[in-house]
Amino acid sequence: MDNADASVMPVAGGYVYRRHALAVRVMHWINVVALTILLMSGLGIFNAHPALYWGLSSYNGKPPIVALTAVDTPDGGKRGVTRIFGHEFDTDGVLGLSAQPNGQRAIRGFPWWMTIPDMQWLSMSRTWHFFFAWVLVLNGFAYVIYSIVTRHLSRDLAPTRFDLAGIRQSIVDHLHFRHPRGEASTRYNVLQKFAYLAVIFVLLPLTILMGLGMSPWMDSVWPGWVGWFGGRQSARTIHFICAWLIVLFVLVHVFEVIITGVYNNLRSMITGRYRVSEVADEAK
Amino acid sequence: MKRSDRRKRRRFLARALGLASVGALAGCEKLSQTSWFPAMLGKADALSEGAAKLVGRKAMAQEFSPADKSPTFRSNGTADPGTDDYQALVGDGFAGYRLVVDGLVEAPRQWTLAELRTMPSRSQITRHDCVEGWSAIAQWKGARLAALLQSVRPKPSARYVVFHCADPMEADGSDLYYESIDLDDAYHEQTILAYELNGEALPVKNGAPLRLRVERQLGYKHAKYVMRLELVDSFARIGGGKGGYWEDQGYQWYAGI
Repeated sequence: MDNADASVMPVAGGYVYRRHALAVRVMHWINVVALTILLMSGLGIFNAHPALYWGLSSYNGKPPIVALTAVDTPDGGKRGVTRIFGHEFDTDGVLGLSAQPNGQRAIRGFPWWMTIPDMQWLSMSRTWHFFFAWVLVLNGFAYVIYSIVTRHLSRDLAPTRFDLAGIRQSIVDHLHFRHPRGEASTRYNVLQKFAYLAVIFVLLPLTILMGLGMSPWMDSVWPGWVGWFGGRQSARTIHFICAWLIVLFVLVHVFEVIITGVYNNLRSMITGRYRVSEVADEAK
Repeated sequence: MKRSDRRKRRRFLARALGLASVGALAGCEKLSQTSWFPAMLGKADALSEGAAKLVGRKAMAQEFSPADKSPTFRSNGTADPGTDDYQALVGDGFAGYRLVVDGLVEAPRQWTLAELRTMPSRSQITRHDCVEGWSAIAQWKGARLAALLQSVRPKPSARYVVFHCADPMEADGSDLYYESIDLDDAYHEQTILAYELNGEALPVKNGAPLRLRVERQLGYKHAKYVMRLELVDSFARIGGGKGGYWEDQGYQWYAGI
């Protein structure tokens, strides 16, 4: 949202302006690729031991809090199940046990179509994961520095007093799928700002930190720090939960992109150009 | 823009996105099968290792209290090497066991298990992190590797310690397990050749009579059934040339993450 140096071009019924700077567009799509690969290779790594624990270790006399596994059926077969806090759910075909690309049923946490590589291959999943972890971290650093230096952060992302006063109205608007139009659509709305800030400054850093918390070497750098989060196995669980919260954010983000004009939004993140319609809300 | 146009455009976008993601995933599969692409991705390992060394070259792994110990310490990988030579060692209570230390050293020598027990030792309650994702906590006692190295005096050209083990990875008794660490880790205070687990002689399932503890790295670095230490300047001519059995299968040599 670089209004300052935007070249505004009038078109019939409105105008087109440059919404996203080139750097933001490039970093956005690098993030799309990195996060997709990190999620899928991460699930591949998870599949090597598809259970989550809370605490310092996995063997502390307590069962896992989450386990994707298979149980015997009375007819001599097996079914995939998911156990969460002792409750067992039948998740056959997706979690615990699923069909491989060749059609054969196999015991595995997440199914082949959610992992990189598709077959169970821990060392290859790790190779993908640790490369794209660096991509995410370096891209993230570049984004934060860029956003501070160019004032993208203070100008476009920081909520204004006016924004804060309108939170209640913004929640109501979102629940009715009502979105700002006209001039107002050139600014992020307040919920959008909070969502972006939470992902950029809380969720992604926490995911990365909990990833580092699983590294025995990084744990040693400040002995005991991973204990502040409950221990290494808790860090692994938090890393897993954070990954799915990022997925949840992406689902909502894509949903909002679609209902507020998928073509216009996508174009603005590819070429930078965003069309604003002159609408009756000028009268507001 | 007409409504039907918009619908067409939307459908086109959805299809394009669908095709692109299916194509990208198939591409990931193809790339995983090549040798050059994983090798390129693996370059990031050097970055990870460099960063880890930068922030904590001599850092000490966390040590825990006896209350944190796991009820049992599970066996993973080989539970019994099963070879005749190893059976013979077990048979006489490892009285015939000799740890050989040679390679690029001034004074190669051997140690019996009893002699190793008289070497400077360390006892530590640490967390064992498997590459699969699980952790277990146990108490280990063993001879400090630094003390053994001081005794054999590594030559200046020595860069790595290779651990040759008794457990074969193939059913026909071939492909003996091996591992390697660099001298930073070899001289680290917590790096020990453990002969005790939780206050008792190291059981066969956990690597008797001697296993490596290299606390800031993942489980597969902690070689069990250690028979010989060899100091080398490169592991290119050992095994598959990647510095360890699992490394030869594609796992990272630097296993601090």
